[in-house]
Amino acid sequence: MNLPIYPTYPGESGPPFLNSDVAAARPGEETFFDTLRRKGLSRRDFVKFVGAVAGMLGLEASFVPRIAHALQTKKKLPLVWLEFQDCAGNTESFLRAAKPSIDEIVLEAISVNYHETIMAAAGHLAEEVLTRTVKENPGGYLAVVEGSIPTADGGVYCTIGGRTALQIAREVCGNALATIAAGTCACFGGLPAAAPNPTGAVSVSAAVPGIKVINLSACPFNAANVTAVLVHYLTFGKFPAMDALGRPLFAYGKRIHDACERRAHFDAGQYAEGFGDEGHRQGYCLYKLGCKGPATHQNCPTVRWNEGMSWPVGSGAPCFGCAEPYFWDTMTPFYARLPKVDGFGVDVTADQVGVGIVAGTAAAFTAHGILKSLQRKRAEASEEGGKEK
Amino acid sequence: MAERIVVDPITRIEGHLRIEAQVDGGKIQDAWSSSTMFRGIETILKGRDPRDAWVFTQRICGVCTTVHAITSVRAVENALGITVPENAEIIRSIIAGLQQVQDHVVHFYHLHALDWVDIVSALKADPVKTSALAQSISDWPLSSATYFKGIRERVQAFVDAGQLGPFDNAYWGHPAYRLPPEANLMAVAHYLEGLEWQRDVIRGHAILGGKNPHLQTYLVGGMAVPLDFNSQQAVNAGTIATLRALFAKAKEFVEKVYIPDLLAVASFYPEWTKLGAGVGNYLSFGDFATTPELDAEKLFLPRGVIFDKAIDKPQPLDMQKIVEYVAHSWYEYEGGDQGGLHPYKGETSPRYTGPAPPYKFLTTDGKYSWLKSPRYEDRPMEVGPLARMLVAYGSGHKRVQELVGLVLGRLKVGPEALFSTLGRTAARGIETLLIAEQLESWLDKLAANMDRGDLRVHTDDKWDPSTWPDEAEGWGFHEAPRGALGHWVRIEKGKIAHYQCVVPSTWNGGPRDAKGQRGPYEEALVGTPIANPEKPLELLRTVHSFDPCMACAAHVVDRTGRKLAQVRAISPLALGVGPQGNREKVL
Repeated sequence: MNLPIYPTYPGESGPPFLNSDVAAARPGEETFFDTLRRKGLSRRDFVKFVGAVAGMLGLEASFVPRIAHALQTKKKLPLVWLEFQDCAGNTESFLRAAKPSIDEIVLEAISVNYHETIMAAAGHLAEEVLTRTVKENPGGYLAVVEGSIPTADGGVYCTIGGRTALQIAREVCGNALATIAAGTCACFGGLPAAAPNPTGAVSVSAAVPGIKVINLSACPFNAANVTAVLVHYLTFGKFPAMDALGRPLFAYGKRIHDACERRAHFDAGQYAEGFGDEGHRQGYCLYKLGCKGPATHQNCPTVRWNEGMSWPVGSGAPCFGCAEPYFWDTMTPFYARLPKVDGFGVDVTADQVGVGIVAGTAAAFTAHGILKSLQRKRAEASEEGGKEK
Repeated sequence: MAERIVVDPITRIEGHLRIEAQVDGGKIQDAWSSSTMFRGIETILKGRDPRDAWVFTQRICGVCTTVHAITSVRAVENALGITVPENAEIIRSIIAGLQQVQDHVVHFYHLHALDWVDIVSALKADPVKTSALAQSISDWPLSSATYFKGIRERVQAFVDAGQLGPFDNAYWGHPAYRLPPEANLMAVAHYLEGLEWQRDVIRGHAILGGKNPHLQTYLVGGMAVPLDFNSQQAVNAGTIATLRALFAKAKEFVEKVYIPDLLAVASFYPEWTKLGAGVGNYLSFGDFATTPELDAEKLFLPRGVIFDKAIDKPQPLDMQKIVEYVAHSWYEYEGGDQGGLHPYKGETSPRYTGPAPPYKFLTTDGKYSWLKSPRYEDRPMEVGPLARMLVAYGSGHKRVQELVGLVLGRLKVGPEALFSTLGRTAARGIETLLIAEQLESWLDKLAANMDRGDLRVHTDDKWDPSTWPDEAEGWGFHEAPRGALGHWVRIEKGKIAHYQCVVPSTWNGGPRDAKGQRGPYEEALVGTPIANPEKPLELLRTVHSFDPCMACAAHVVDRTGRKLAQVRAISPLALGVGPQGNREKVL
């Protein structure tokens, strides 16, 4: 972290942006800051907002001016949001965005040119906007993909405007500056790809090989994480550092278990034994009720959900491991205990565990049942270990 | 001259819907509704632990993110003979009620409003007159001329910047838009307020469910959220106070913004109380327990069916009379595609026979949708807020009768106006108010139980699969925001052997059946005026009045053992997202 610091204020020139794909605003064009100002946001509020975003991204205070500068000088980045084999859960999560809020993002921070769930235009007029965005901004727009892409039987399991998801994804993601895979279905195939994968569903990386993809997994992804990625890009013209599975480290660099508010109870051997029992009511560890926190990389315990109101474990539900690839096959049965939790050290990185889970998946597809029973047996064994601990 | 128009994608809905319509003489003469996406979730469920099923089915839809979870746990509980503790039933009602309220408001402002509201026209509004209009219909405090001037400037700057984003290429200026600029500006302000409101009130789901979307505290046998006044990690007096405040906020917005806006907008479109009636048959499973147990005879929203608009005579519902057809759906039945099957016997194999993509038109005389066609007594039925309000009205539900009377009186129309596009939209508003009024009383009931020392949220007598019979089957029901939802499950030796969902948007959006009877969307569209076939705004009004949710609607079970395409998921490491692939350092 030895970047030069550029304190910038309106009217002053700022640092050059390396590899920036977003054109600087020309005189007369409105920037994010202009629009916030017009809405009555004070300079002080703006700096506070930027500070919150920097904190979210784990950046030092010295980055605040740099983010502020970027938001004051850049033209709105076009974004197209494609929905394929999805449930719109990530769209709904995006609508819960608070910092910046969804109306600030959609009206001011970026230009959401295409998003079926919210856009006013319909039918061929909607498709026209998509085509135009791709044509007029080659390599200069962001694509977001929600849902998996079916490849079986010529892709007939998902068509929009008469074209298959695969055809659309190749054209739109293939020409984007980058693609954000929104949620586990787009990142890793998710639910449609769970055994026996009836429609040949694959992730966006698999459907359009060779493109740049930022995987924001979880079911659905957390609005806080996608807004942080967008602001990071608008600020630096780059995406944050990622783990081996293409997920930003600021959000997926640690296990749920590492930052869990119930961790002290795990260490003390205090477990909820049943739902609604004394331990459950007192916030004891949910490991015995099936919590997958020790094998799941995601920042739920720290950013929490819905503006920090709560998160699944906080409300008494075991983690289901939804940010991990193939969790529908590797983390089920959801209420069965994880095997060998003691074996994971706190220093295990996302890369190592990620590889382990991918390797396990092959087994899951060929011998789903065997793996499950093994898992259960190992869970029982490790329960004994938990008691000793 | 007859013309075939296609609207694909239908936007501002959940999921993938395509409408083809035959337009002649400025009117829709015939229509075909097609769902163009399929995932096969019920196929994926086979062989899994029934206690996990709700997590899978919940992902059928992220908009109605609670409904398939509730229905699934109820189906499994019904199969295994489990009665959940009263507290769990109350928590489910609170969660479902909040879902209903939030979802209906989002539908009105963010999915449906732009069919009636012209944003561009709002730029011509006089803020002083807008303020006068707003204050004449409600005492909602955000109504000053300065406030509306700020909103107008925000929209103006957005338009001037030249990047219209989600509002690009829409039907602005279409002759079917009737609102004066001031009403448009007021609606735009509330569109923006609604975005903030929905994010805020849904935090109640985070308290009881851990997060929204996809709440995580459902549980076969109860709920996984603990209750304890003496714990900081359970629902306690503090969280109850927070919920109470959120529910008050939810109700206030419905009373002071949504309902007045609904009435104001509707008053400019009286002809839409005569268009879009549809099939005239209505079905409600009913929901929300009024007794400690979920007794189907004593539900807050009653169960029943109505035929041919006879609202004074709701009939009792017989679950056995539900069948699904695939005559025009991309599936095969072993016994021939002309017959109908009950969900317990529901057998389906996907078999696409449509045109090879990219295509221009579907072959609508053959099969043309991934939705099946559910029928009751072999008749197409409309489900949803209108069906629920009609069944409740006809069953003598006092509050529903009051609210319906109030709305009809304000609009100066008779009950027959309910059978229309606008009637459907108005019924949704009435229901939102009805449920928003209930949330606090359910919360009171929960608090009273806790005060008595009843903290039970889960019954675990049948949690262990070794206590289950070798074979069991059951069904779960729920009134989702979009209508009657049922799940049917058969459990064999502790695993799911059969799973079938019959979903609101399948009832409403399904294709023709074996007899050629149109589905409710299709029937409602016949007769809709189309001023400009290039910009079929009027078509969107009627389709949106149903609040389509297509991800919910398309999904099947494969019972026949047809070999499904199996594509091994490809390791991300092989896809260039590994260490050498997408890895990127910031600095």
